[in-house]
Amino acid sequence: MEEQSIPIGMLLQKAAKIRAHILEMVAEAKSGHPGGSLSAVEILVTLFFYKMRHDPKRPDWPDRDRFVLSKGHAAPVLYSTLAEAGYLPTSELKTLRKINSRLQGHPDHRVPGVEFPGGSLGIGLSAAIGMALAGKVDKKDYRVYALLGDGELDEGETWEAAMAAPKFKLDNLTAIVDRNGIQQDGLTEQIMPMEPVGYKWKAFNWHVLEVDGFDFRQVIDALEKAESMRNRPTVIIAHTVKGKGVSFMEWDPAYHGKAPDKDTVRKLVKTMLEE
Amino acid sequence: MLVQLASMRDAYAEVLLELGQEDSRVVVLGADTSVSIKTSLFGDRFPDRFFNVGIAEANMMGIAAGLALAGKIPFVTTYAAFVPGKCLDQIRNAIAYPNLNVKIVSSHGGLTVGPDGASHQTIEDVATMRAVPRMHVIVPADAPSTRSLVAQACRTLGPFYIRLSRPSVPTIYSASKDVEVGKAKILREGSDIGIIACGIMVNEAMEAAETLSKTGISAEVVDSHTVKPLDSETIVRVARKTGTLVTAEEQNVIGGLGGAVAEAITESYPVPITRVGVRDTFGESGEHEELMVKYGLTSKEIARAAKHLIKSR
Ligand SMILES: Cc1ncc(C[n+]2csc(CCOP(=O)(O)OP(=O)(O)O)c2C)c(N)n1
Ligand SMILES: [Mg+2]
Repeated sequence: MEEQSIPIGMLLQKAAKIRAHILEMVAEAKSGHPGGSLSAVEILVTLFFYKMRHDPKRPDWPDRDRFVLSKGHAAPVLYSTLAEAGYLPTSELKTLRKINSRLQGHPDHRVPGVEFPGGSLGIGLSAAIGMALAGKVDKKDYRVYALLGDGELDEGETWEAAMAAPKFKLDNLTAIVDRNGIQQDGLTEQIMPMEPVGYKWKAFNWHVLEVDGFDFRQVIDALEKAESMRNRPTVIIAHTVKGKGVSFMEWDPAYHGKAPDKDTVRKLVKTMLEE
Repeated sequence: MLVQLASMRDAYAEVLLELGQEDSRVVVLGADTSVSIKTSLFGDRFPDRFFNVGIAEANMMGIAAGLALAGKIPFVTTYAAFVPGKCLDQIRNAIAYPNLNVKIVSSHGGLTVGPDGASHQTIEDVATMRAVPRMHVIVPADAPSTRSLVAQACRTLGPFYIRLSRPSVPTIYSASKDVEVGKAKILREGSDIGIIACGIMVNEAMEAAETLSKTGISAEVVDSHTVKPLDSETIVRVARKTGTLVTAEEQNVIGGLGGAVAEAITESYPVPITRVGVRDTFGESGEHEELMVKYGLTSKEIARAAKHLIKSR
């Protein structure tokens, strides 16, 4: 029954549009982080177009669910998702990283829908805990989601936060790890081995789920399980591919922070939107 | 005239290789930004003496302290936004307090990181590090002086903070014209006003002096690359000679070079002073030249400040 109510077609379409926006934005800006934006598309699409309770007309609605992009360098995926959801005009996306634009290189509060200025890695989960704690204090039923990079897990603060959330029984908090296997200098398992990553969170008393981060049904299923879990925060390890959707970017650490040129992007976008 | 541009981080990566060759105690630590800052070249040459700790700046600082305690000379490098930003406690308690021989070299300092925006721009690191006892604070103006100052830091016992900017900058020093840690360098003599600058603002100061000379104002330009310990002697001498000072830095006007100079002259020879720098505000995304104009980090701004000071004298 659940199965039938999932609008897979719409989600797929949104994902394709958002991938196109990401590529166009970074090509226009001539800088930015396409790799970790492309790996997180399905996660943000599922949250903003299926799971989260939010209203683009009321970004400051006190009862809204919150999304914290802790890996703030993936700002292109956040801005384009917010634009597709109606928080800002899609025409504004091309001002990314330009002087006097609201669309800062890393998430900025001037953009409606941005909950937290992630950018310095490691600080987002703590802030998400604060939001979740406030929800408990105020007896509100909103949920808080935080998206973390797998390289970002290197930061000590992540693990300080990881210890705190179970202590406070934050079942209204879901952390999602974009497990794309790559950070800035190279492969995570070479720069700072993170495996067995699921066990680490388990040892910190989290409810741990692992999914294919591009499979809408798996992501949705995990988010629902997280919601029905009582007294414990959930972490979803989403297995993804950095640079997903662009063959020459996939698995290439160089595209962590490098923009493709405009001509290449024009061709890519054309095929992407036709499919 | 052909202006030669060179990158400070290239110069840093090169001199590290030489230092590593010369002294086997030299070790280098990185935090997942080594390819971009090019300290990975040291890792390629000396894999046993290079440690990439992942995105974990506080841990990196603590490890550097331990390496120094065991006789090594650690060079610790990542973006200035995160060093000292993420690890001031480790710098203070694990490194400066026990006076350890750790060389912290940050890259991408100031606003000129550009499009990454305020979260990655650093406008308070010089002030912060200045306030830590025992810390040397150095902001080089170009590639050749980066080379020389880094090498001197390596040979001088104690903690150093050296801050580099991202853009390639015009070369001011020929390799022969030397810079010395702790000694401000007079780059141009003048009598009407003294311009005390550091980092990429030294070149702007030189250009301002050129502009000012066309309106009959003779400006003395000083590269105060060592912000701490400040060469107060030279700066007070310039104040006595010119009677008024402008400072220029790619930092908040609070507590950096401007603050240091104001403190020094107030105590021994007060003269009017204007601080050119970021006016206590966060930066934003933009190309580095655009940001310098918008936030007043230009030769024009220095010249304007100088003229104003002279007029109101
Ligand atoms: C504290 C901090 N240190 C360093 C950086 C520079 N930096 C930006 S992205 C990145 C790598 C992030 O890797 P990961 O978390 O795996 O992100 P993803 O692969 O999802 O893009 C680094 C080191 C930063 N933004 N913050
Ligand atoms: Mg990653």
